Amino acid sequence: MARLVRSWILLLILQSFLVSIAFGSKEVEEFSEALLLKPLPDRKVLAHFHFENRAPPSNSHGRHHHLFPKAISQLVQKFRVKEMELSFTQGRWNHEHWGGFDPLSSMNAKPVGVELWAVFDVPLSQVDTSWKNLTHALSGLFCASINFLESSTSYAAPTWGFGTNSDKLRYGSLPREAVCTENLTPWLKLLPCRDKDGISALMNRPSVYRGFYHSQRLHLSTVESGQEGLGSGIVLEQTLTVVLQPDTTSVERNTQPSWSLNSLFGRKVVGRCVLAKSSNVYLQLEGLSGHELKNVDSEIEAHKLWKNADFELSLKPDRVLREISSFLFIFDIEKSSDSEPFDLGLTWKRPSKWLCQLAPLHASRFLMGSGNERGAIAILLKETESQEKLNLTNGRCTIKVNIFQIFPWYVKVYYHTLQIFVDQQKKTDSEVLKKINVSPSTDKVSSGMMEMMLELPCEVKSAAISIEYDKGFLHIDEYPPDANQGFDIPSALISFPDHHASLDFKEELGNSPLLSKFKEKSSVRSYTEVLLVPLTTPDFSMPYNVITITCTIFALYFGSLLNVIRRRIGEEERFLKSQGKKKGGLKQLLSRFIAKIRGRPIEESSSSSELQSSVLSSKLIFKIILVAGAAAAWQYFSTDK
Amino acid sequence: MAADNRYEEEEVRTDDGSPITKPRPIVRLGIFLVAHSPVFSVVFSAAGVLALLLLPLLAKNTYISENALMPGSARSMLSNRDASDGSKLVKDIKNFRLNHEGQGVEVQRLIGKYMSEMVAEVYYQKFQPEGNQFHPLHFFSGPASYTLLRNVSCASYGVNVVGIIRAPRGDGKESIVLVTPYDFINGGDYEDLSLGVVSSLFSLLSRVTWLSKDIIWLVADSRYGDYRPVAAWLAEYHTPSFKVSDQLKCDELNTADNFRRAGTVAAALVLKVDGRSERFEDILSIYADASNGQMPNLDLINVVNYLAVHRQGFHVKVEKVVSLLSSSWLKIVGEIFEAVGKVAHTLNPDWKFGIPAAEYIEGSATLASSLYSQAFGIPTGPHGAFRDYQVDAITLKISPGFPPDSKARQHDFFLRGSQLLEGTIRSVNNLLEKFHQSFFLYLLTSPSKFISVGVYMIAFALLVASLPMVAASLYVDGCKALTKSTHNSAENFKSWKWLDAAKQVFALHLLGFIVTLLPYFICQVPGQHSPRNRSIMWGTTSSLLLVTFVTIPGCSPFSSRLHGTNWAILKSVTISAAFIGLCLMSIINFATAEIGALLLVPTCLLAQPIKPALRSRRVKSLLGAFCSMVLVTIGFPVIFFAITKGLVGEGLVGLSLGGEFWTWLESLWAWKSATYLYIGMVHLPCWLLCVCILFHPS
Repeated sequence: MARLVRSWILLLILQSFLVSIAFGSKEVEEFSEALLLKPLPDRKVLAHFHFENRAPPSNSHGRHHHLFPKAISQLVQKFRVKEMELSFTQGRWNHEHWGGFDPLSSMNAKPVGVELWAVFDVPLSQVDTSWKNLTHALSGLFCASINFLESSTSYAAPTWGFGTNSDKLRYGSLPREAVCTENLTPWLKLLPCRDKDGISALMNRPSVYRGFYHSQRLHLSTVESGQEGLGSGIVLEQTLTVVLQPDTTSVERNTQPSWSLNSLFGRKVVGRCVLAKSSNVYLQLEGLSGHELKNVDSEIEAHKLWKNADFELSLKPDRVLREISSFLFIFDIEKSSDSEPFDLGLTWKRPSKWLCQLAPLHASRFLMGSGNERGAIAILLKETESQEKLNLTNGRCTIKVNIFQIFPWYVKVYYHTLQIFVDQQKKTDSEVLKKINVSPSTDKVSSGMMEMMLELPCEVKSAAISIEYDKGFLHIDEYPPDANQGFDIPSALISFPDHHASLDFKEELGNSPLLSKFKEKSSVRSYTEVLLVPLTTPDFSMPYNVITITCTIFALYFGSLLNVIRRRIGEEERFLKSQGKKKGGLKQLLSRFIAKIRGRPIEESSSSSELQSSVLSSKLIFKIILVAGAAAAWQYFSTDK
Repeated sequence: MAADNRYEEEEVRTDDGSPITKPRPIVRLGIFLVAHSPVFSVVFSAAGVLALLLLPLLAKNTYISENALMPGSARSMLSNRDASDGSKLVKDIKNFRLNHEGQGVEVQRLIGKYMSEMVAEVYYQKFQPEGNQFHPLHFFSGPASYTLLRNVSCASYGVNVVGIIRAPRGDGKESIVLVTPYDFINGGDYEDLSLGVVSSLFSLLSRVTWLSKDIIWLVADSRYGDYRPVAAWLAEYHTPSFKVSDQLKCDELNTADNFRRAGTVAAALVLKVDGRSERFEDILSIYADASNGQMPNLDLINVVNYLAVHRQGFHVKVEKVVSLLSSSWLKIVGEIFEAVGKVAHTLNPDWKFGIPAAEYIEGSATLASSLYSQAFGIPTGPHGAFRDYQVDAITLKISPGFPPDSKARQHDFFLRGSQLLEGTIRSVNNLLEKFHQSFFLYLLTSPSKFISVGVYMIAFALLVASLPMVAASLYVDGCKALTKSTHNSAENFKSWKWLDAAKQVFALHLLGFIVTLLPYFICQVPGQHSPRNRSIMWGTTSSLLLVTFVTIPGCSPFSSRLHGTNWAILKSVTISAAFIGLCLMSIINFATAEIGALLLVPTCLLAQPIKPALRSRRVKSLLGAFCSMVLVTIGFPVIFFAITKGLVGEGLVGLSLGGEFWTWLESLWAWKSATYLYIGMVHLPCWLLCVCILFHPS
């Protein structure tokens, strides 16, 4: 038996070897890993892990893959996904200090919770079905409640406001989803080396989750081969962006904290993932003083770059790339090993300050009004000290702003109340509003969506958009368990279609997927805060009251119904007539008691009955006294012990 | 008795020859109660007053209802370093004050600099110290409606300093607000301490990782009172105006357009440090009443009380009516209850309702203060502004037991004060949902004892219960008297005899409504008038109106003889109106209704024409007439106001009474207190009707 198995294994190995030889000339599946480190102006460090996995278009592989995760390729094949992005985020991206204009922030600054969008390659009528199935599949794959996006009240179909123009696009987000290691582990499973080797080995869970911002992203797109008979290739891009606070030992408050990979993550890189085609570590330094930008050709100058009066790197970079306002140091981790681990460190010597590139306008969103009845949502755009602003159209300098916003149905937005203020002057819609697309919500069926394009003058100081809404009532079983927390309105997406974030390197890049990604032109985008709307909530802790009220109503209803059905008034009267003379003892007693209180003798009573009843009542009083005495005695003796 | 007979007769007549079928027991009970209404009304009213007196005995110990709060479960992370940060700020402000005599916004800038050093986002907000204007339509309307900026003067405006610490991993949906009212121009040494406490805390919060809600520290410019700056900041936070405002034009500090927000406010704490306490230890007073008797969730008070008593060793107290502490009748009542409790305890050791007389007096004094401030309907501090936005907030006023220049104790004070705040913030930070678990309707009898709505409403219900009974019995009497006079019993009984009386009652209520609105027009009268003149104006116009109303035939209660209306029916309708008014008021503001019922119920019940009493010259009826006269005199709002002032211990002034009353009313409507509406629209008409009945020419 064992021999048989061994021979099978041998055969398999041989086969795979043959296959790889046979297709060696063609494109093969590629995997690359990279880590970008970037000190931030507010004494924090950003670490951006980037993994790219490419499956070339081919039909000969069939369902087999060498490196590419099977789960993802099955997902793509099954649901005909053309492009998809899924992100899990915890914490808020600080646009003021961490930048808003570079490709890193506009791609990786994501809204809190889960965000998912996907473009499908199916007929229009099947898009919703594919979306629903996809959410369930992803939910299982990533251990998250993405399946809540299945409900038609939680997703929308943006047309142009989201950036991708397609009618087969669906977008949804879950602001309340908590992100934890259980989401990271399945994400890591998609990597060929998992977190066992290479750069991903740095992902020590406590240090990753101790960060101020944490966003894991999965982006996949299919590449059409263009050839007949060939299927489409898939590019899977996985990124993890964390913002960490290095442990500060220096007393000086002005100097930036020094750090090393070991101090940030508690681990070192001990070698690359052998399956990766390239594995690099990049260090981006922004806003270095100008004198260093002059001449970096000679070896001495290059040496000066990484070891100078301001800072010092612990390792010599393999290459240095220059951008307009920043430097990129490239390190290859191929040489590192167990005995000589790769532990990049940065030591600051002098206090230094710099500013990030900011988005043209800073967006914030908040709720207005009070009470449980109505309110308003306001989006406030404020000018920033952004460098790049000029964009001339028709001789006038303008900034184009796209706003994309989903409203859950219980926030009943009145679109006619849209008001736009530019520099504290109320503007009519035609003055600033270029385009608007609104799809109103339907109660309990679909969510509302608003896409609008504003064209603001470049010298704008502030712009405000406000829109009023009524708060809806939910059915009792539609409330979540923590209804008293309030309900979330997902983040709005603010994008600047005419502003493109890209890093413009002077040197040749080589084939680094991360850098080519950064070189691509992408529009600047930022997400606003999630809002919390307190809605009226029923008092869930009062089922008792409900039960009692229901029981009372039932009793009343059945009681009167029974009376109506059962009682015959005529019969009763006849019965009373016949019973007139001989009353029940208790009834007589009651009437006597009442008469006594009223202080009048009973009209129809005879002398004999009076005598009898007086005896009866004295007997009764005696009885009552006896019982009360017994009760008191029992109480006294029983509690005395 | 007469009514009873009539009922029997009616029963016989309707059943017409058939043997007497008894009505349903509940109907019989009703008839019984109505028939014996004099006895029962006395019993119920006495029981109502007794129940009110019993309330301090029935108070329960507070408990933390929301499990998520977990107060005191985490160890405080506050270090001496943080406390010394606070001391440094206080020292700097003091030095600054010495060197720079007064004006400008330099102190604000200094505080702002400190905040931004603690990695907080800082901004300054300007506001106008505008006075609240009475507008009759703005009662019960939202807080948004009164932010009408009229002509803005650059000369006087306040500047708030606000710092926000963002929760490191939070989603920014919720925030907790800390407020320290501070007079930047002439703040005393004690006021500086409140800044020191909060800045020690802020220094800690900028480092911690456990925050899930953002923290906002508002240093409110209390030059124009504590309430106004907080209300202005809240208005800007919740209902900003995007239009250009004149305020920004007079610029000294660039406040334009940098207002920042931090999500829905979950809770707010106002910290004030004022004058030295008489004791050696530090005293923490908790103020919780917001406008119209609204209270914050009891859990918030519980958390603060728990932490202050069990962790930081503050002496916690709530407000009490000091003059009651030495009142002898309350002492006697307390001793009686104590004796009864002891007797009950000997009978059954499980019955533990007796409390010591001293404790009873303390409880009653606190309860009285709690009732009074709720009934008044005016917030007892800046926390009241938060209630308008459904935010639970309380004011903590600390009276330190040391002179302000004692450095060592000051450090300790900062440590303890900020540890208390830290614990509270940590508890609120734990909350996933907003405060909803514990009580909102309650009265406090001590910081750790409360009476919930289910208990205190019994007293009111008992008081009010006699009203419908008496109304029904009077109606029956009145109808019978009418029947006698017209000799057409069957028709008369069925007809709506109460309609005439209702017309009169309605007319007087309309008058009350107009009188309520009058101050608005009196305020519009050009020229400066003293409160006394204004009240005289009000009084004259009201009397003139009354005279006009009386002369209109059909509306006047005095012209009733023409229509043959019986005073009994008039009284019956009056009592019904009072009943409805009191019940409505109890929903809006329970404490007002309770105090109103204490006044109105005996007045209404005892009101009887004095003419027949004088004519009969019997001791009993003369005594009744005298009692009703006294009650009616006390019931007049101005007189009652004077008596309450006397009871509270403030000096009673003869001539300026009208002026003081006017000022008091002005404060009522300025704070949109529903008590004002109650006085004008329920109490005054019912009182007038009682006067009418008193002098009824029957």
